[in-house]
Order: sequence, then structure tokens, then C-alpha cells
Amino acid sequence: MCPIVSIRDVSFWYTREKEKDNEFQSAGNHVLSEINLDISRGEFIALVGPNGCGKSTLVRLINGLLLPSTGSVTVDGLDTGNKNNLPAVRRKVGMVFQNPDTQLFASVVEEDVAFGVENLCLPRAEIRQRVDWALEQVGMQDYRNYPPHRLSGGQKQKVAIAGVLAMRPDCIVLDEPTSMLDPGSKKEVLTAVRDLNSRHQITVIYVTHDMSETVMCNRIIAMVRGRTVFEGKPRDFFADQGALSATGLEAPPVQKLVNSLRERGIRLPADINSSKELVDFICR
Amino acid sequence: MEGIVFGQYVPGNSLLHRLDPRTKIIVSAILLWLVFVVETPAEFAGYGLFILLLYVIGGVAGSFLKVMKPGLFLIVITLVLNMTFTPGKVLFNIGPVSVSQTGLENGLILGVKIVYLILLSSLVTLVTSPVRMTDGLEQLMKPLQRVGLPASELAMMINIALRFIPTFWEETDKIIKAQKSRGADFESWRLQKRAKYMTALLVPLFVSSFRKADELALAMESRGYVVGMKRTSLHKLEFRAVDFVVLAGLAVVTGSFVFYKYF
Repeated sequence: MCPIVSIRDVSFWYTREKEKDNEFQSAGNHVLSEINLDISRGEFIALVGPNGCGKSTLVRLINGLLLPSTGSVTVDGLDTGNKNNLPAVRRKVGMVFQNPDTQLFASVVEEDVAFGVENLCLPRAEIRQRVDWALEQVGMQDYRNYPPHRLSGGQKQKVAIAGVLAMRPDCIVLDEPTSMLDPGSKKEVLTAVRDLNSRHQITVIYVTHDMSETVMCNRIIAMVRGRTVFEGKPRDFFADQGALSATGLEAPPVQKLVNSLRERGIRLPADINSSKELVDFICR
Repeated sequence: MEGIVFGQYVPGNSLLHRLDPRTKIIVSAILLWLVFVVETPAEFAGYGLFILLLYVIGGVAGSFLKVMKPGLFLIVITLVLNMTFTPGKVLFNIGPVSVSQTGLENGLILGVKIVYLILLSSLVTLVTSPVRMTDGLEQLMKPLQRVGLPASELAMMINIALRFIPTFWEETDKIIKAQKSRGADFESWRLQKRAKYMTALLVPLFVSSFRKADELALAMESRGYVVGMKRTSLHKLEFRAVDFVVLAGLAVVTGSFVFYKYF
């Protein structure tokens, strides 16, 4: 199957105005170097890595907010380098950002959800129907007439997700959507995202610092200083001490326990993701 | 905080609330103009009763006196200035200051006019939510788009500004607390000191606003917004029968009044 997002030999560096003529000078500060990545339809990908490793830059390249300095990014066959493709690319790839406060700009929830669809110039009945559908998918239909600043952080993020969802994207990119939220809201948002992935086969690219959120994903991509250092299943990542120490990340407690039990020679199945599963296995 | 956000808007479901915002804007413009046409005491009294009636219909009669409070100062000043500085037949003296009859009359008339202007313009904001108001303004300005007025961009800006007022207040609050915890004294009685600490509030506030604006622009762009693009809208403003009746009624009343006045 042809990948929804394909990133080929992408390097990226920020060019300062006065350095524009002198590209060599700034080329030393690569934010991303030689990234190659294929993401297939329906995948749930977690993108992890320390601060400043280029995660956010990478996801901004995917929907054309930034353009690669070298290499190419194609979304569903459309090159983001071509300016005429950008509206289509942004329709296919929706983005949810970190700060819930600066993404909602209408004074009423449903108008905010409608914003993206209004940009598509659809007829009114279609907008209405899509907005209702999107709010229902994230379970926020009761809040349609609320002003956004009266919602909790998790609710705001869910509205932001609904706003993206109403555009019927093939892929949703979430850039640390839960890092400003409390644990309860975190769970709410993650559940909503996972639900979209499993029920509607929407590709999800989920940037996060919280390892416990990555447990259920199909593939983890770990980045350090603009390079990918690991690509594979979460359980392999948590077992890979080299990759873990390179990124400065820690496996979730359960995985740590599983790892040390294995070291002691206890045979455990590979797919243990929660303490409940571990307990169930041991008490069997 | 809520009070600041929604101005004086009183939610309700009266006839005035349900009118199309465009109707309300047009009607209020004409009524404001009429304030300058009325002259005799009888006309003034009639007009005043009419405004009171509008407040009752709108179900906001309770706000009738409240909205006049900020204008009170202005009215007193007009009255005093007119009374004392207009030459004419002296009515009575207060110390060295003499009050003329024409001055008193002029002052009173001007004062009442100001009251009426305040009452009428407040009425519109009392019965129209800010969002509907900007929608209405956008529609009314649409024809001017041909001559280069960015009507929908302006409406978008006003809407965003309204939405971000509470966020802005929260931010101000946070910064004040943060600076206080570092020893800033915002309640000092010494003006100089206070001004100095104001910069400690304003600079971070500006920086964070710009950063927020930047993030907001990014979020809008990633949802496919391009300045000057054609968009459709979820809500539609619709002129209903009531709107036509009100506009027609207003045209008849104004027409006959002007006719009686000038011909």
C-alpha cells in the first residue's frame, strides 16, 4: 500500500534573514538531517525525543507549515514543495498543537470546529452536519455553545481535535497535545485519539514526552539532535537500552519490571503493556 | 472577567433580541440621527417615552438607569458650561457667576440629547451579542469590499479580539502574581515607583501576546486559512418577516416625522 506520508532525505535548517545569501554558514546548524520515513495509512506513530531534537519541526514539515531545506515530503502523492498542493495537503493532514489556549479562536465551540470546514467553502448544511459529527466523535456535543475559555484543558484539546476532524483528514498530527494537561485530561485526550485511529483508520502521528502514552502505538520513532535513532515497536524500544539512554528517556514502570524480570531469566510474553496484564500472567 | 467579555449584553429572547443585527444597526443609526431632529419639549418628551418603551420591549428596562451612569458626568459638565458661558437675559446669580436663560435652555436640551444618544446606542449592545454584531457589521460592509475594504478580515479580527480578552486578562493576572512574588509593588502610592513596576507588567504581557498571536496564526494556517480567501459560514443571518415589518414601520414613522417637520 502506498504510504500516506513519505519523507525522503529531508534536512532542514532555519535560515536567518541576513544569512540568506550565505547558505553554507547556516547549513551547519541542521535542525533535521537526512530523515527518511514512510508512514502507512492507519498507523499510530509516536514520535519521541528530548527537547529541541526536531520533533516539532518534523511534524510541521508534514503539513507544509515549513518546507524542507533539502529532500522532499510527499503527502498522499502530493509534494509539499509545490505551493498549489498546500491547501490539499492541509486538508489531508490536520494538526493539533500543544497549547490549548491559542488554537481555539472563535467565541463559541461549534464555530471554532466549523472554522476549518468554512475554509473549504462547503455548503451550510454540509458544514452543520460535519460539525455535529466531529463534536460527537470526541464526545463534546453538549458543549457546542460554550465559550472556549470556560472549558478545561482536556476539553479544549478535544475541541481542537474535533476542529481538525471536521475537515475529514486522512492523518492527524498531534504535537505534544497533553503536555500542558493534568493526568485526567491527558487520558481523555489520548482515549479520543486512539478511538479515531481504531474506528476511522485515521493515521495518527503523536508527539509526546510521556512514555506511558506510547505503549499502545504501532511504531515508535525516537529522535536525537535531528536524527532518527530508533524506529520500531514500543516493546523493542523499551528493551533497547542504547536507544533509551541516547534519548534520555525511561521505559514506563511496567516495561522496566518486565525487562528486569527477563534479565533474571523469567520468560514473559512480549506483549505485556500494563500492570494488569503482568499480574494476570504471573497469577495464571 | 465575564462582565468585560460580553460588554453589557443581557441574554434574552425578546423581540429586539431576535431581530437581525443588521436591522438593529440600521434602525439605531436612524434613531440616533432623529435625536438631532427633535426640537420642542413635547417632541422630546415623546421621544423619551419611545426610548423607554423600546427598553421595556427588549426586557432590559432594569438597565435603563445603569447605562446612563458613565454619561452623567458629561451631562453635568455640558449643563454647567452652557449655563455659565452663554450670554443673554440673566436669570439668577451664583456668586460672581450669572446664569442666563438661553444658557439654561441650551444646556438642558444638549444634556437631554446626550442622554438619548447614550440610551439608544447602549440599547443595541444590550440586546445584541458581540458575535452577532460583528456578523451584522460584516454583512453591512460587504458592498464596500469592492472598493478594497477587507470586511471579512475586519470581522475576523474583531471576533478574535473579543475571544481573547478573557485569555488576555488571565495572562495579566498571572504576570502580576509572578512579578509580585519577585517583589514588585503594584499598589505603591508613589507614582514614579508604580510606573516603574508597570513596565515589569507590560513588557512580558506584550511578549506573550505576540507569541500567542504567532501560535494562533500557525493554528489558523494549518487549518487552511488564507487571508482574503473566500469562505462559507456555519450561521446565516436571515432577514425574517419581523425585520421587514420593523424596517418598513421605521421608514413610515421617520418619513412622516421629517415631512411634518420640514414641509
